[in-house]
Amino acid sequence: MASEPRVTFDEMVDEHGVVRPAYAGFRAWYDEQDPNWLKRQHHEAERSFRRVGITFNVYGDTDGEERLIPFDMIPRIITAQEWRKLSRGIEQRVRALNAFLHDIYHRQEIVRSGRLPARLLRDNAAYLPQMVGFSPPGGVYTHIVGIDLVRTGSDDFMVLEDNARTPSGVSYMLENRETMMAMFPELFTRVAVRPVQDYPRRLARSLAACAPPATQGRPVVAVLTPGIHNSAYFEHAFLADQMGAELVEGRDLRVVDGRIAMRTTRGYQPIDVLYRRVDDDYLDPLSFNPDSMLGVPGIMDVYRSGGITIANAPGTGIADDKAIYSFMPEIVEFYTGEKPILQNVPTWRCSEPDALAYVLDNLAELVVKEVHGSGGYGMLIGPTASKKEIAWFEKKLKAKPENYIAQPTLSLSTVPIFAKAGLAPRHVDLRPFVLVSPNGVDIVPGGLTRVALKKGSLVVNSSQGGGTKDSWVLED
Amino acid sequence: MLGRSANGIFWMLRYLERAENTARLLEAGFRLALTRGNGAAIEEWRSVLVTMGLDADFREMGGEYTGLGVTNFVLRDRDNPGSVLAMIENARTNARAVRTEITREVWEATNESWMILKDLLARPVRESNLGDVLSAIRNQTTLVRGAMEGTMLRNEIFNFARMGTYIERADNTARILDVKYYVLLPSVNWVGSSLDNVQWENVLRSVAGERAYRWLNAGGMDARGIAEFLILDGRFPRSLTFCYEKLRSNLASLAREYGHESNAHELMRIAGARLHQTTIEEIVEYGLHEFISEFIGETQKIANAITADYRFIA
Repeated sequence: MASEPRVTFDEMVDEHGVVRPAYAGFRAWYDEQDPNWLKRQHHEAERSFRRVGITFNVYGDTDGEERLIPFDMIPRIITAQEWRKLSRGIEQRVRALNAFLHDIYHRQEIVRSGRLPARLLRDNAAYLPQMVGFSPPGGVYTHIVGIDLVRTGSDDFMVLEDNARTPSGVSYMLENRETMMAMFPELFTRVAVRPVQDYPRRLARSLAACAPPATQGRPVVAVLTPGIHNSAYFEHAFLADQMGAELVEGRDLRVVDGRIAMRTTRGYQPIDVLYRRVDDDYLDPLSFNPDSMLGVPGIMDVYRSGGITIANAPGTGIADDKAIYSFMPEIVEFYTGEKPILQNVPTWRCSEPDALAYVLDNLAELVVKEVHGSGGYGMLIGPTASKKEIAWFEKKLKAKPENYIAQPTLSLSTVPIFAKAGLAPRHVDLRPFVLVSPNGVDIVPGGLTRVALKKGSLVVNSSQGGGTKDSWVLED
Repeated sequence: MLGRSANGIFWMLRYLERAENTARLLEAGFRLALTRGNGAAIEEWRSVLVTMGLDADFREMGGEYTGLGVTNFVLRDRDNPGSVLAMIENARTNARAVRTEITREVWEATNESWMILKDLLARPVRESNLGDVLSAIRNQTTLVRGAMEGTMLRNEIFNFARMGTYIERADNTARILDVKYYVLLPSVNWVGSSLDNVQWENVLRSVAGERAYRWLNAGGMDARGIAEFLILDGRFPRSLTFCYEKLRSNLASLAREYGHESNAHELMRIAGARLHQTTIEEIVEYGLHEFISEFIGETQKIANAITADYRFIA
């Protein structure tokens, strides 16, 4: 196991305080600006986000239903060379994920070969028996993937999580860039940044390329949203709008002549590709949660008969599982025959007695996560936890060790934010967005940089005080 | 387009129109209260509430028929689901739900209107800022309509939006006339005193028609003329005839785009012909109240037919 680095890697300046080449152009521009003007622009940015309505809803928060994710105007910059390596690694990983998903719903070679314990599939609610033996149109499972990356050193990018279910945040990637270009147009004439604005077109093209056999003519694409009260509704509407697709809810849809059709002002019209932002469990009350009002009764039957493409395919959520994650190096090698280009964060599987013993001895140093959890919930961050919390977690861990994995507390890299007193380093991560179709893997040069706005904090989640930055990939 | 979206945009514009007309009604009410004694003012405030169908709710809550009592209830009372604030919120919620059917400018105008009016209506309205609040409501709703006019494609979405505006406006003008008919009717054959003149002008004012009417009639005021103007003058953008003509033309665009007509077209043709062929003499003879009641009923039927024909709901 690699030990954690002692020093935090700052992406803008090196250990001698010298600005790194990636940030040279930006920093030269920044130092010429009047700080008071920058402050005004900073406030103007927030106003503009409110006006545009780029907000998210917080569940159970009744007075301020819609909140802004704070936007920080100092960009996060990645060089062309760094990006080349990252994209190669991401593409390899995403290809492996798709091959893995196909395998576990068919012959399960990886289990037969003894490289993956069968119980990881058997005891997993995200593994859907309804998908066994079925191949989705074009052979694609994960049409849209968000790979969460963290950086701990100059050349050390690691994958923290694979989001193969329904990754969100891409609208922030796009709106952050819009905002930066509107506020500082001249900056973009001085620094050559690769554009991200064609993401919606690429998404539309990628989804259309996965149309099912029943499609006649140009594929009809629709985005399925749980509705305006969903926390990511803005993004659902944004993407549908940008793609020129219909934004539908479950109540707009029903099965008509073996197809999923939407109720239009002219009658029911079939949909070919459904980009759903509704979880598996709510997708079809006839197949999954019978109480769901968000899905479409019978959609799984239509799906299995080739009447519609569901993106991402049901049952892909198993790839987000943290126990599966710990096997990703083996998974990548098994399906691609290559060594993984991107490393995992070192992970102890508490199901294994040796690992469990180590984790129990070192709880105060480690981050312990539930294998099925997400969004930073149900986890222990050893270094910041109280003795009581650790003792309580120890009990849970001993009772059900197979429910947990543990990782070292990583010193995430920092990028400065625009603070009251000027630039101040804060920890960041990066989520690039990846599109998969029969035509290949398509990675938009950029992504969503999340930043922990509190000094020293490692938690970048927007629900827990995180903000976002525009993420630049430089032209060669 | 989705039936749910057609419903959403239709109602988005209905809510905005209603909010605007309510602001106009309140403005006219305050003007009357300033020039009249208390007794006339109480009647005026009651008529504002009756026009909006809120009088029973207001009485039940034990509200006082004073300018600020009624105004705050109508504008911002959380217990009043028909308040202007609630309508603006509804309009904005609908705009959010049909975000993909409207342009960014229309959405931003709607969202910003909501932010501004929510702030303005966060505290009780006082006499000193009432004028600002009411003109902000008018300005903001006008801004949204202007953004639609200037940026929206002229297709079915635009037609559904327009039909929402004109169904609501026809209904609102008719209601104002209906509530005021007792001001207009007794004096049909009677040369009015100055009091009546003020009240008549007030009727015109609540539909922003006083200037146009004065201009057309060289400053003269008479009940029959005002009723004729508000019902039959196709040049005045809040008259019943104007609203019906707009409804008719938007329905005709839909028929062209869809290649066929529906029940709403048939109802519209009958109702439109009746309005077109009638005169103010016939209306007065028939009874203004009866005529208006039937008009409101017909307009409702047309709205219901649009809702059903275009599959607004499952």
